Amino acid sequence: MQVDILTSAAAVELRHLDNLWIQVSGTRCNIECRHCFNNSSPRETTFGLMTLEAVNRAIAAAAARGVREIYFTGGEPFLNAQLLEMVACALAVAPTTVLTNGMLISDRMADTLADLATAARYSLEVRVSLDGYTEQMNDAIRGPGVFRLALAGAVRLARRNLLPIITIVRTWDDADEPTMLAGFTRVLRDAGCDRPRIKVLPALPLGRELTRIAGLQRDEYVTAAMLDGFDRDLLMCSNSRLVTDRGVWVCPLLVEQPDAQLGTTLDEAGRSYELRHQACVTCWRYGTICGNVSARIEGPDIMPAPEAR
Amino acid sequence: MTRFALIGGIYSNWRALETTLSDIARRQVDATFCLGDLGAFGPYPDRVFPLLQQAGVLCLQGNYDNSLAGGLADCQCGYTDPRDNHFARLSYDYTFRNTSPAHKAWLGTLPMSRRLEVNGTRLLLCHGSPRKINEFLWESTSPDGFLGYLLDEAGVDVLCVTHTGIRWHRDLGAGRHVVNVGALGRPENDGTPRVWYALLTIGDSVHVEFIPIQYDHEALAADMDVERLPGEFIETILSGWWTTCLEVLPQKERARGRF
Repeated sequence: MQVDILTSAAAVELRHLDNLWIQVSGTRCNIECRHCFNNSSPRETTFGLMTLEAVNRAIAAAAARGVREIYFTGGEPFLNAQLLEMVACALAVAPTTVLTNGMLISDRMADTLADLATAARYSLEVRVSLDGYTEQMNDAIRGPGVFRLALAGAVRLARRNLLPIITIVRTWDDADEPTMLAGFTRVLRDAGCDRPRIKVLPALPLGRELTRIAGLQRDEYVTAAMLDGFDRDLLMCSNSRLVTDRGVWVCPLLVEQPDAQLGTTLDEAGRSYELRHQACVTCWRYGTICGNVSARIEGPDIMPAPEAR
Repeated sequence: MTRFALIGGIYSNWRALETTLSDIARRQVDATFCLGDLGAFGPYPDRVFPLLQQAGVLCLQGNYDNSLAGGLADCQCGYTDPRDNHFARLSYDYTFRNTSPAHKAWLGTLPMSRRLEVNGTRLLLCHGSPRKINEFLWESTSPDGFLGYLLDEAGVDVLCVTHTGIRWHRDLGAGRHVVNVGALGRPENDGTPRVWYALLTIGDSVHVEFIPIQYDHEALAADMDVERLPGEFIETILSGWWTTCLEVLPQKERARGRF
């Protein structure tokens, strides 16, 4: 358990449940990435697989609140044998995203996902993680053999016009960004993803990454002064909640933090949350990075004045 | 019965605007509203202002207008993709340089939303969403329940927006509607050069009709060439396929395009 808690911190209200995150496979994963923010691995069972009933219940509760998007995460979501039924249920009420390492996307699975995507009224997004554009670069972080299988999964989707969002954790210096992005784009195109969609995430100071970088970075927390005049809509805690087999957490990033569990149901988890963790600084700095569009939406608020006609 | 013409996303396409205003003039509307983003992308940004003002179009501020009026560093579309940012920068710098100080100041006087009430139907017009001037409401990522929440929060029956550049209409039942009026500035990623606006008719019920506009897009492409705007922008005007600003497109809208 990490000990990065700030004792007195600013509280953020849930303005609206825009984003429902569901940890459908718990922390179970078929691989063990060096930077995993929630320590998922083949052996990790802190959080377990969710049942179809529990997932459907969460989707219905969120739909009743006007949820905007639903995200399936883990662990590796495809380890849950009922994932496709869950995706179908979610897509009936909201656009849905699956965050995956892509390794379990066979031709048959890609066919089914593409059929679901075509039939749905809302968008189905599949986010496939890659952390390097060569086997050597990627597998040093994500494990031996991962690159080949993940890329094959992404290509299977792209060939069915279900264009995956390749999600990459930034493990390079800013100066190297253009070269890295050009490398990813070239390799993806050559492999058959001819319209690559790329999302780059900062490394999160959590889980194995926090252990890995211990001593390398200074402690940093969000203070009340930092929120003064800051657009709180950019913070996940203002617009998201994460449902797991053990209850509801404020956001997917803080799932290992006991203080970030806000209740056992979405109803209970509507209360505000105090930003006590170093990871909160990442959200403060970059905006709601976990969503599909990295873009910071921080334009002026609209306050309509009544106008009679 | 009351009828409004709703236009949005002009993006300096003064030729499409001129054709559209002539089309609207033939249709006996009670008012024409522009939901913002007068500049961007196209040539000669100052040309759209007199057209809108002479036609008595009631304009709102879009994110681009807000940026130009406030002298902000970018258009507030919030791209993170370096390629999208590269083209957004070219477009914004050109538009900023070529919009007169008087027009920039005028943009700053425009409201960010308008509330109307017509025969008991309450309407809200805004650029992006009722929450944010630059929030994208795409058809495939705006579920019914969420749209109902936006209507409830705003206390209206009908919500009209633009910002994404692709039109859609959702009838939520019980007289509740959300309309994205589309854009006049560039085609909607469908492989044709036409652009769109919306006619909203309010009588016993609310009726939405989208009007396609064919205009002299080849002349606009020539204008853009003279102004040395990027070839990628000109390609979009001619082909109807989006070549830039692709990062923010959801799967369904992206998959329908060519790039």
